[in-house]
Amino acid sequence: MPLELAEFNLSEERLEFRDTLRRFFEANAPITEVRRVMEGDASGHDPGLWRLASEELGLAGIAISEDDGGQGFGLKELGIALGEAGRSLAPIPLFASAGLAARVVQHVAGDGASEWLAPIAVGRAATLAWVEASGGWDPGAVSLEMQGSGDDVRLSGAKHFVLDAGAAETLFVVARMPGSVGDEGLSLLAVSGDASGLVRERPECVDLTRPVWTLRFDDTPARVVGAPGAAAAGLRRGLDEATALLCAEMEGGMRKVLETAVDYAAERFQFSRPIGSFQAIKHKCADLLIDYEGSRTASDGAIVAHDDGDPEAGLLSSVAKSHLGPAYVRMATESGQIQGGVGYTWEYDAHLYFRRALASKALLGDASSHRDRLARDVASRLESGEA
Amino acid sequence: MRRADTKEEAAFRAEVREWLEANADRRAVGPPVPLDHSPEAEARHHEAAKVWQRKKFEGGWAAITWPVEYGGRGGTPIQQMIWNEEQATFDVPAGFIAASLGMIGPALMRFGTEEQKAYLPAMLRGDEVWCQLFSEPEAGSDLAAVRTRGEVDGDELVINGQKVWTTSANFAEKGFIVLRTNPDVPKHDGISFALIDMRQPGVEVRPLVTMRGDRHFNEVFLTDVRTPLDHVVNGIDRGWPVTTFVLMNEGAFIGTSSPVDTSAKALIEYASDAGRLDDPIARERLGEAYARDRVLGQLQDRLKAALLDGRMPDVDGSVLKILIAEWGHERAELANWLQGADGLLAGADAPVAGLWQDKVLSRGLMSVGGGTLEVHRNGLGERALRLPKEPRFDRDTAFRDLKTSG
Repeated sequence: MPLELAEFNLSEERLEFRDTLRRFFEANAPITEVRRVMEGDASGHDPGLWRLASEELGLAGIAISEDDGGQGFGLKELGIALGEAGRSLAPIPLFASAGLAARVVQHVAGDGASEWLAPIAVGRAATLAWVEASGGWDPGAVSLEMQGSGDDVRLSGAKHFVLDAGAAETLFVVARMPGSVGDEGLSLLAVSGDASGLVRERPECVDLTRPVWTLRFDDTPARVVGAPGAAAAGLRRGLDEATALLCAEMEGGMRKVLETAVDYAAERFQFSRPIGSFQAIKHKCADLLIDYEGSRTASDGAIVAHDDGDPEAGLLSSVAKSHLGPAYVRMATESGQIQGGVGYTWEYDAHLYFRRALASKALLGDASSHRDRLARDVASRLESGEA
Repeated sequence: MRRADTKEEAAFRAEVREWLEANADRRAVGPPVPLDHSPEAEARHHEAAKVWQRKKFEGGWAAITWPVEYGGRGGTPIQQMIWNEEQATFDVPAGFIAASLGMIGPALMRFGTEEQKAYLPAMLRGDEVWCQLFSEPEAGSDLAAVRTRGEVDGDELVINGQKVWTTSANFAEKGFIVLRTNPDVPKHDGISFALIDMRQPGVEVRPLVTMRGDRHFNEVFLTDVRTPLDHVVNGIDRGWPVTTFVLMNEGAFIGTSSPVDTSAKALIEYASDAGRLDDPIARERLGEAYARDRVLGQLQDRLKAALLDGRMPDVDGSVLKILIAEWGHERAELANWLQGADGLLAGADAPVAGLWQDKVLSRGLMSVGGGTLEVHRNGLGERALRLPKEPRFDRDTAFRDLKTSG
């Protein structure tokens, strides 16, 4: 008896789109396929599936404008696609390419974005490399300096925690003008996947279905995207959008975790009754639902705010991420607990979602950093009389 | 998402606002004043609430969704929501009278005889205030375990027993009561729902003082209290459907209005003024509280949007009830923590006139009142997630043979 929850903020067209995607991922990315890639493929992704998703469904460019070669839909549609990818744990670079790199490129490159977005839109995957060994997600923490100028820009150094770098044909790298600090001098650089001096390393990761990579550059040629030294504002806006989109992806996984727990609680008998009839389990399931409802509301609220150009959109991204990060971990933890012994096995999928939850909680800033931003932003708005 | 007002709704909102401006004062922003829980203050508040109810009745606002024939406005739930939103910005004694109206009124309209419905206009005018006599010492979450006896004597019902948690019983002229009229059948089948006169010998009301010191609630002792048989709603032994109908309406009315801005934003402002924002732990906790406020607001917008679009809500009300209770309490506790050692003080001696202390001490209002959080979690499990119910032992056994703690 599958769990039926009322759909929330989905028009008929969007619901149909969602259902099409769900069928697509169920048919093409069943968990057996996800596990095959996870256990066997050094690249950590499934190029055939990505090609299919890009060519048949146009997912790679769904939120890229038609002028730039995409489908011209909003972040809402991209969020729906990410939710289904997150539900299935499909090993494709949808978030890294469409949800992260394309969003940042769009806002940093402005009028010149088309050159970079057109290939992304047809499925030539990209990713964004900005975090360094310090693990600071705030772009102000970038220390890698670009060398040279004009047509001769080069990078030497490293970037860490880069999502889906194994699938990316273009790596967008955040570096700074020599001697600059903070937001000043931040630049976005494009490095081709086959550039000289580029090495991609895959460290062992908690999340088995989406690895993060280390990139090393040794006098690697790069091209400046947008105006050199002036990337900060576009970068921050792109990262705010990516944060909301990551939440949309998480929401899809949370839904699956909730459904799995409730199905198990209804079907598993102990003491001659379904364990879901015991309050100890029923209340856990209720708490999963409470976490899920708050999360899908917050995630949707942030996405819609970005689509509507709401001035609070960035703030709402932090509201969502600070809420969903711990909520997804709680849900995956308790869903595993409800499944008892089998929930602790390699064979059951509970741990795959728990691993994804742990990674998602950290990516793009943990709850503490987003809460810190909220407290500071609200205080400074109060001070300036805006709120 | 919540849509904007239609032209008609905007006109209605303007009409509401105009009337409120003419008949009430905007909430004043002044120095905070400690809450006064004395019996005298409660009595003053009750009198003010009666006056306000009368004023609303004369203005045609006493019951927006009730049919005109019962003294209502014949309006829509959307109009009621608009009224509530506008009224919230005015300093009016909104509270108990409207809440009790919202519980008994719809039940009488649904189950009452014409004679019983005749009580409705006086109720709306505020001439007769009604109280709810439901819970008992042995019937809390398990309300169908009520023991207060109702025995038929000629054309009257004779009532003996004890009720508890009865809001404003000391001020009420009338009451609606859940009774055991037949202990020899399974418990849900021997319950009656009756209307009684609270101003008669045999009704003894004793205040029940809560942990924060207020006397909103009472114990009510009933000794040979009488009410005519035609004051039984829906017939003898057929009171349980009426009771559950009232309970469905109750959730919407349980809540507290606070004279202090209890939002996380207000807390951030307080912390900023108190120099607490240099502390990263304070920022983290305040940021969390702020995010929760926003998430709760978004969830409430979902309920309102469903109302505005005329469809079933896409989120269960118990989700909100639980979050409002739990997050509200944690926010109050956070406020108390932010005050540091001053958090040891209360009332006029404490920061913000002790209103946060009052809030933190009123936890039970939301976590027990209107159904315990545990009962709401059962509801979520069984209603929203369709998990199987617990096996029950009280369905087929005569009430008098059931085990109790007393």
